Amino acid sequence: MKPAVILFPGSNREQDAVRALRLVAGAKPQVVWHAEHELPPGTDLVVLPGGFSYGDYLRCGAIAARANIMEAVRAHAARGGLVLGICNGFQILCEAGLLPGVLVRNARLRFVCREVLLRVERADTAFTKAYRKSDLIRIPVAHGEGNYTADEGTITRLEHDGRIAFRYARRDGQIDQTDGPNGAINGIAGIYSEKFNVLGMMPHPENYIEPEIGPTDGRGLFESLAGALKAA
Amino acid sequence: MKARVIVTLKSAVLDPQGKAIEGALRSLGVAGVQSVRQGKVFDVELAGNDRASAEGALKDACDKLLANTVIETYKVEFAE
Repeated sequence: MKPAVILFPGSNREQDAVRALRLVAGAKPQVVWHAEHELPPGTDLVVLPGGFSYGDYLRCGAIAARANIMEAVRAHAARGGLVLGICNGFQILCEAGLLPGVLVRNARLRFVCREVLLRVERADTAFTKAYRKSDLIRIPVAHGEGNYTADEGTITRLEHDGRIAFRYARRDGQIDQTDGPNGAINGIAGIYSEKFNVLGMMPHPENYIEPEIGPTDGRGLFESLAGALKAA
Repeated sequence: MKARVIVTLKSAVLDPQGKAIEGALRSLGVAGVQSVRQGKVFDVELAGNDRASAEGALKDACDKLLANTVIETYKVEFAE
């Protein structure tokens, strides 16, 4: 497994991503500066970390999505390479057109920083094999613009093709549409690309990996990736 | 040449910030405010005086960066 974690000016969760990849997946991630034109040779996973790239100027992720390295990320994704965007990374993937839709201001206009319950919508992708379908996992969120939206046709297509990765859920497993953290349509917390090799998600699995700190429900995602890339 | 690019949310997109501003204006007692929607303005200076090529460049700027056409529309105005 050879992950590359992309660093933009204003990213601030890149070391959390590096730490999770090291501790859970046993990988030695490389941190790659956004101005580079190429990914390190042999890169099989690109992580776009959380933070506030370019201070969220213009729109969240808008300027980072046009950085040099994104052409290489686009080519990597087109070849079927795995890409994981967390929080600001998800916003960047949407702005770059690697995922459809957009993340707008939270419906209640507040920055939310708390734990949420996610329902794992499918457990057969490179990102989720270590979970079971419909598992409810505890993962933290920290964002002001996590309200996923897209036109009706896109939402219908995402739902029909099973491209919802995670939804904000209640304890009983039902979708948290009214009390969700940000008002996202259909409780969408994360989505896949058409070929299921690109995942964007608002919550931070990289922050729930060590029992000393709290729940460890985020480990499954990195275990899944380690498994998928070992088998490949 | 000076131009102004105005980017606004499409009418079908909810604008919680506009709603909050609308509420604040009401609570300030500003009369007659029916609704508020928030947008962005970019004042751009362009080299040369060819209006057609300036329009082309600004359309390019909007499509590539200034607007997210999933949720926003834009228009361009030129200073006379």
